Amino acid sequence: MADSRPLSPHLSIWKWRVHMATSIFHRISGNALVFAGLTLFAWWLAAAATSKEAYASFAAVADSPIGWIVWVGLSWMFFQHLMSGIRHLIMDSGWGYALGTSKMTATWVFVGAILLTAAFWAVFFFGPGLR
Amino acid sequence: MATDFQSASGLKRVRGLGSARSGAHHWWLQRVTAAGNLVLLIWFVASVLMLPNLSHSGVTAWIAQPLVAVPLILLIFSTFWHARLGVQVMIEDYVHAEGLKLLAFIALNFFILAAGAVATFSVLAIAFGA
Ligand code: HEM
Repeated sequence: MADSRPLSPHLSIWKWRVHMATSIFHRISGNALVFAGLTLFAWWLAAAATSKEAYASFAAVADSPIGWIVWVGLSWMFFQHLMSGIRHLIMDSGWGYALGTSKMTATWVFVGAILLTAAFWAVFFFGPGLR
Repeated sequence: MATDFQSASGLKRVRGLGSARSGAHHWWLQRVTAAGNLVLLIWFVASVLMLPNLSHSGVTAWIAQPLVAVPLILLIFSTFWHARLGVQVMIEDYVHAEGLKLLAFIALNFFILAAGAVATFSVLAIAFGA
């Protein structure tokens, strides 16, 4: 059915632009937040509600090398999605469609996400809490 | 408005079968939950960073406070709802066979409701000191 519909003959003619990258990263980060983020979030809460032992098994995984890779990746995906999500909401208001502006905000989504991720871990390790 | 088009004739629109189906409402709820996520997740991330530690006793004592448990439950509703809407769009874009699409929607809804129920119940259990 869907296969028999006519397609544009120009679908394969395009090149990478930073605003395209923000778009596909919004999708990748959103879905990563659902399938890794929400699952781990629910497990964390369930473990805390169940017992000290259940929480210890969660903490063992969370504190493992793979766990740390996931936390760093998830924090980056979170700030990436947050930044491009805000960009979406701003563009919904009608602002930011001029080519130069759109490119500039898309670039800031990537830069901002990296800076926020770095800031998050800086506060995590050196901030006033968590010791 | 699309009222002149055959493809969006009265009955089809009532049955939600026009090309937009129930898309505008979906789009709007994605925005409302996005705003909810933004506020609640900034609160959550900042609060977790300020906790003295992430031990079992520390975390449960934190969640047990009403002014933590209530926003946490709001956060669960907002993020899980937003997630359901968002993943649905992804499925609609990539899964075109009707049967497979239906299965994917059902699996998505089961996952969201199950994980959301576990998360909500856990917060309540901690808050009411189970
Ligand atoms: C930090 C606050 C957040 C904001 C401001 C935000 C914003 C948005 C917006 C505006 C959209 C719609 C994009 C579109 O119409 O194309 C969206 C999509 C999405 N969001 Fe979020 N979001 C946030 C947090 C989250 C969280 C925590 C999750 C995971 C639970 C999530 C998962 C998704 C998914 C899966 C999509 C669909 C992406 C796609 O098109 O495939 N978002 N988000």
